[in-house]
Amino acid sequence: DSENGVPASFKVPAGVVHKIFSYKSSVIFCCSQERKIRREMADEVPSLAESKLTALVVDDNFVNQTMHHKLLDRLGIQNDVVCNGQEAVDVHCSGRNYDLILMDMEMPILNGIQATKRLREMGIESKIAGVTTRANEGDKKEFMEAGLNDFQEKPLTISKLLSILHRLDFYVQT
Amino acid sequence: MLGLGVDRLQADINRLLTSLFHQGVLDEQFLQLQQLQDETSPTFVYDVINIYFDESEKLLRSLRLLLMDREFSDYKKIGLHLNQLVGSSSSIGARRVRNVCVAFRSASELNNRPGCLRGLEVVEHEYNYLKNMMHELFQLEQQRLLAAGVRYPM
Repeated sequence: DSENGVPASFKVPAGVVHKIFSYKSSVIFCCSQERKIRREMADEVPSLAESKLTALVVDDNFVNQTMHHKLLDRLGIQNDVVCNGQEAVDVHCSGRNYDLILMDMEMPILNGIQATKRLREMGIESKIAGVTTRANEGDKKEFMEAGLNDFQEKPLTISKLLSILHRLDFYVQT
Repeated sequence: MLGLGVDRLQADINRLLTSLFHQGVLDEQFLQLQQLQDETSPTFVYDVINIYFDESEKLLRSLRLLLMDREFSDYKKIGLHLNQLVGSSSSIGARRVRNVCVAFRSASELNNRPGCLRGLEVVEHEYNYLKNMMHELFQLEQQRLLAAGVRYPM
């Protein structure tokens, strides 16, 4: 059985505070200074009824793309998918912005570490969660230092995704 | 009679899945995959498994071509392909395939060509076993849905 598309087994326990938290940003350009100014002019946190979280899946593996897209869908999070770090940078340069980015580490063209650094240099303040199957301490440290807000080992599950959202102060309304 | 047919087929599906879990072919991540199937994506498991098969076979073909080349020395490329296989196998809960890919990757990291060749054979064997089992599962599921009077796009 399920509610709002979320299976009962994945529901956040009763009594936990639920609210939807999201920023709307009017960012159009790549310039970090311009982005800072536009963010200051952006809308305030919208009402609970109107807010919707958005996410970007950055992964070169088609199976993972499909799974992560569906996991986010299941939690009511609108999401886009790109195939590597360069595409993640490009989509932000085109004016898109997201509340959450799920960033794979090993990708061709521009890997997760490089892409995270580049996005932070651009002034992107989205929460970025690194996700990878290769998680030795050295790799994790390097990835975190690139600018991650959180890190999770693959494979992703609903409960791991909920943990990421909780640690990054996103709450899913049930 | 129809009900008995559906029940028997469901029992066969449960038996097959139990066996696959018991053998370590599948792990709990496969249950996660099943949980994501819903009315908005009623063939999600089938679709994802088929993406996995398509991608895995391309990677396995590429691995074989690389290793069959007498001049082969690009162990880094082998590693990249295996990272993909490890990742996607983990995501669908294909535990044994994942584990043998990890072992193969260790051989590639040591630039051990005989080890890589053995690793490839083991991965191909485990992959083919998984594929056969998944086909059997989908056939049983198809039969069960037909018996229950539901159309299942294949």
